[in-house]
Amino acid sequence: MRIIDGLRERVKEEKPADEEAVKRLLREEIAALLRPVASPLAQNRDGLTAMLIVGVNGAGKTTTIGKLAHRFRSQGKKVIIGAADTFRAAAIEQLQVWGDRTGATVIAQQAGADPAAVAFDAAQAAQARGADVLMVDTAGRLQTRSNLMEELSKVHRVLVNQLGRPLDEVLLVLDATTGQNGLSQARLFREAVPVSGIALTKLDGTAKGGVIVAIAEELKVPVKLVGVGEQVDDLQDFDPEAFAEALLA
Amino acid sequence: MFSNLAEKLQTALGKLRGRGKLSEKDVDEALREVRLALLEADVNFRVVKDFVARVKERAVGEEVMQSLTPGQQVIKIVHEELTELMGGSHARLQLTGRTPHVIMMVGLQGAGKTTSAGKLAGLLRRQGHRPLLVAADVYRPAAVKQLQVLGEQLNVPVFSLGDKHDPVDIAGAAVSHARAYGNDIVIIDTAGRLHIDDELMEELERIAADVEPKETLLVLDAMTGQEAVNVAERFNERLELTGFIMTKMDGDARGGAALSVKAVVGKPIKFVGVGEKLDALEPFHPERMSSRILGMGDVLTLIEKAQAAVDQEAARKMAEKLRTADFTFDDFLEQMQQVRKMGPLDQLLGMIPGLSGAGQLKGLQVDEKELVKMEAIIRSMTPEERANPSIIKGSRRRRIARGSGTKVQDVNRLLKQFEQTKTLFKQLGGKGGRRARGMFARLFQS
Repeated sequence: MRIIDGLRERVKEEKPADEEAVKRLLREEIAALLRPVASPLAQNRDGLTAMLIVGVNGAGKTTTIGKLAHRFRSQGKKVIIGAADTFRAAAIEQLQVWGDRTGATVIAQQAGADPAAVAFDAAQAAQARGADVLMVDTAGRLQTRSNLMEELSKVHRVLVNQLGRPLDEVLLVLDATTGQNGLSQARLFREAVPVSGIALTKLDGTAKGGVIVAIAEELKVPVKLVGVGEQVDDLQDFDPEAFAEALLA
Repeated sequence: MFSNLAEKLQTALGKLRGRGKLSEKDVDEALREVRLALLEADVNFRVVKDFVARVKERAVGEEVMQSLTPGQQVIKIVHEELTELMGGSHARLQLTGRTPHVIMMVGLQGAGKTTSAGKLAGLLRRQGHRPLLVAADVYRPAAVKQLQVLGEQLNVPVFSLGDKHDPVDIAGAAVSHARAYGNDIVIIDTAGRLHIDDELMEELERIAADVEPKETLLVLDAMTGQEAVNVAERFNERLELTGFIMTKMDGDARGGAALSVKAVVGKPIKFVGVGEKLDALEPFHPERMSSRILGMGDVLTLIEKAQAAVDQEAARKMAEKLRTADFTFDDFLEQMQQVRKMGPLDQLLGMIPGLSGAGQLKGLQVDEKELVKMEAIIRSMTPEERANPSIIKGSRRRRIARGSGTKVQDVNRLLKQFEQTKTLFKQLGGKGGRRARGMFARLFQS
């Protein structure tokens, strides 16, 4: 563990006076490890910002999209959402409710449709209507299901082909209550699609999302967003100092 | 399931297996690795400490050390203690007394409450009950609709008052509805909530006070880390849980949550969710689970799955055909379909002793697509060819390959496999094969 090594070094050098001081050093070490991976959401300033949202079942993908839609809409942007979770019952309806609430346009087909086809439609619609933001929702899938991960690769491929360029963000939504399994999620999702960032959800509980430290250390995937509540504006940019503080609280 | 933990535990204990003599130091060393494996699997540290202490106390006793197979004895002890850790024996739903019985599903957001509620309703319906699903999640967009869609797929009625009513009123009205319509079980799907959300936890208390559930099941994601224990304790403080449903067990969850909650909260796991399909909910058997973790397989579950999926009469006929080696491609196809009905192949293989968990299966992608291919090839044969494969020569092979979208090599391979299978059964049909054949027949007929 790099953190412990770093801490040991600094304890030797600085000879902290008490427990509080050691804690402060540890906090700084963790923040230092996280700082390089903290980055804001990418934006394409001259045109369409295209995002694909992925994650395991129940991580909070659809809710995160809803909150993001709210954020972009309040900035006056034109938002299109692709409902490519065609598997789970009523996933499309759930997105449509978010569409109504935020004024984002939801592109959907019927349940059971090919998710790649929905993604294609959504990308085409976003281009044709001159949207500012495109978000494509996908069905939750466990990272060990190789056939479903292949399906995800295909959705990504179709989007890239239609847009003729890489996506601006491929966001992995990660539940903060997840334990060390989060590392496996990050690793395997990254094998299927080029994950560009993590949205850490459900941080308002007692879970602290410590696995993010392991992910930052091993995989260097940037952390972009944290979800801290049920309200539409409870989605914040990731702040390593505040996170390290809360982790050790 | 728990492949990581299984692998580590099996490696740690493997070193003891087959040793004629064990010193206390050997046991200590193995247990140290067991402890690390459990901690790495997110098992609660207090639980790990107690567990290792208990195993050690029993393992270094006279009886074990003096026995002829001390290694096996230690493994047996670990097996027993693991079983005990997860609750000892299978805990059934306690549905007694006056109907309708109310089952309340509670949990964090995204744990899988709605899906589990649906799966449970399906399971109970198959057992001859008349369940009613109740949509009491009025917060999450389209949660009501989700339950209605599930109900439709499962052919189970869903009670809903939309999302404008108090969940307490919905629950109460649902019970009256069940009474009037003769539903003997009411499954209430509540909204996901954080265990520290006082207001919403109070809502659950009010529902419980109103409908007096026989079962209050906390739905818990198997991938939850150390936090699982926290969540379970808080929910239990306020609601008097009767058990757990562990979801998403089909991923590479480490098992921490499943191994910790019984020890900490004292309530058993009753069901586990093992897949995306609506029938992928299994009763939880601690003993079988600990066998799987230790690589001893789980033949009982396998047999149960076979019994549920295989048509008895067809199985008897099949056994007869196997005996006379009067076995055609049609039979081959039929048998393949029966096996596939039992569930995903990788899960089935995990239940076979020696094949499960560690090492052997790792990296071996069980390819369902291969089966689809085989089916396509057989379906491209004429009835005559299926009954009498020896007539399939060059041009027929090319036609079959074209018809099934495969290559001639694929067709050749299948033909060869088929011949081998047939020969094997012919041998089994001879004198020496009686015992082996009996085993086969039993597996399919029992």
